[in-house]
Amino acid sequence: MENVTKPLTKNINPDRVFTTLADYECSGGYQGLRKAVKELQPKDVQQWVKDSGLKGRGGAGFGTGLKWSMVPGIDTPQTRYMIANADEMEPGTFKDRMLMEQDPHQLIEGLIIASYAIQANIAYIFLRGEYHLARQRLENALQEARAKSYWGEHILDSEFSLDIILHTGAGRYICGEETALINALEGKRATPRAKPPYPLVSGLWGKPTVVNNVETLCNVPHILNYGVDWYLGLGHGADKGTKLFGASGRVKRPGLWELPMGTPIREIIEEHAGGIKDGYKLRGFLPGGASTDFLLPEHLDVAMDYEAITKAGSRLGTGTLIVLDDKTCPVQMVLNLEQFFAQESCGWCTPCRDGLPWTVSLLKDIIAGKGRLEDLDTLAGLTRMLGPGNTFCALAPGAVEPLQSALKYFREDFERYIVKEAA
Amino acid sequence: MNEPILTQEEIREINAELEHYPDKAAVAIEALKIVQKYRGWVSDDCLVAVAGLLDMQPSQLEAVATFYNLIYRRPVGKTVIHYCNSVTCWMMGSDRIGESLCRRLNVGLGEMSAGGEYTVLPIVCLGACDHAPAAMVGDRLMLDMTENAVNEIFER
Repeated sequence: MENVTKPLTKNINPDRVFTTLADYECSGGYQGLRKAVKELQPKDVQQWVKDSGLKGRGGAGFGTGLKWSMVPGIDTPQTRYMIANADEMEPGTFKDRMLMEQDPHQLIEGLIIASYAIQANIAYIFLRGEYHLARQRLENALQEARAKSYWGEHILDSEFSLDIILHTGAGRYICGEETALINALEGKRATPRAKPPYPLVSGLWGKPTVVNNVETLCNVPHILNYGVDWYLGLGHGADKGTKLFGASGRVKRPGLWELPMGTPIREIIEEHAGGIKDGYKLRGFLPGGASTDFLLPEHLDVAMDYEAITKAGSRLGTGTLIVLDDKTCPVQMVLNLEQFFAQESCGWCTPCRDGLPWTVSLLKDIIAGKGRLEDLDTLAGLTRMLGPGNTFCALAPGAVEPLQSALKYFREDFERYIVKEAA
Repeated sequence: MNEPILTQEEIREINAELEHYPDKAAVAIEALKIVQKYRGWVSDDCLVAVAGLLDMQPSQLEAVATFYNLIYRRPVGKTVIHYCNSVTCWMMGSDRIGESLCRRLNVGLGEMSAGGEYTVLPIVCLGACDHAPAAMVGDRLMLDMTENAVNEIFER
């Protein structure tokens, strides 16, 4: 068992349509859950996950075990909720869909263990409405798992009981933000909530609530089953474990690969994705989805871990690279990104609601040949005005990351539209 | 007394969802989807009726209904074709896919094709960026879309 190096995808292979319960159990499935509820106290499970160094895979990178340990008073009976954030909608990101479609039991087991660790008796899977196949596979897997007492009353004859409800959304990016997700689940308009209070203290219907990303939860069964030391051995650098990394755009083999945390970007683009398509050159990339800063070919040797990518000036985000080639205009690419964010802004706070459409109209004018050089200063000003601390949630600060880095790295592309017109 | 707006079937399905949540409003999205499953879209009358069933103000439910990409407050065709226009699909030619869908059906975005069969709408990232451009025809995800693949949708 010690030689498992790709825990998240070990059951996923092209010969199978997807991993059935029998396949899953065959390779150690639900053994982590068995260990948790039979041998360990909830606090022990929290400690194991804390010791593993697992960080949230949804983009923010907060310590998972630490998050669980901050839920107050788990020794006293009280309603608590566990939520799987399966609202994957970060442009360029396609990892959670694969995990749910190909190995639905892995998420379910992770969710049950996480619920046990925080002593939640109700768990929701908040799945985005567009993921129809994932819904079918999860519905089916939930029934199978219930029939074998992996969830329900007295799980595996233990004292722990859990109800799991699959909830599908109706499509809006902001629902991935955990407090907006909670409002969405409650049937309210999905605007984010003020923090504090944090959901850990007062979340769904005012009860302590933990929200974890799908991929994060998928790591949990393996940490329990194979142990912390095994998990610590998986990462290359500061961060532990493996991660699903991906590449899309004009690469030869777009796709997803489970690799150790800290894998160099060059290995992902050149080896796994087969390099840039013939006739094209690498111009830059967004390392972790639409809301991360551009990096350049000079950053190819940076390791894909939280700290190294931050030091290089971007964020690991979801770990799925969006590749910019030399025949795609970076200004038009940024326009596409800002249109997305402007559309998906919930409209709750003024800087985001008004600022993002403003960036869109400036970019459109520039591309239409109606721009002025001062517009670039206005855009730079907007990236600061919409930055951290000035908005109600993280949507706008994320939205301006590709814009601020494009202004820095691709300024001549912006100027070319303007200068050409002036001449 | 007016004719009941919602059918017995719709009311039964909506009520069946209530058991999963401590509060009726949590069923809002699912209830709107149930109505949409039978009628294709959510009319004002249906919205008011669903709000009544869930003890919500119509304006509260309207705030939810208008928030989401997959709830239609205007009539749409029997099959809605969503083509992804987010960044990777855009790079790989989603504009052409959207245009050829509209040209083939002789409609603008959001309009109904002749006979009320189809409506074409853009959608945000479908999580299929490794097979861009992607589209969703009804519930079915379509990968590596080409203009030929667009034609095949209508020839089946």
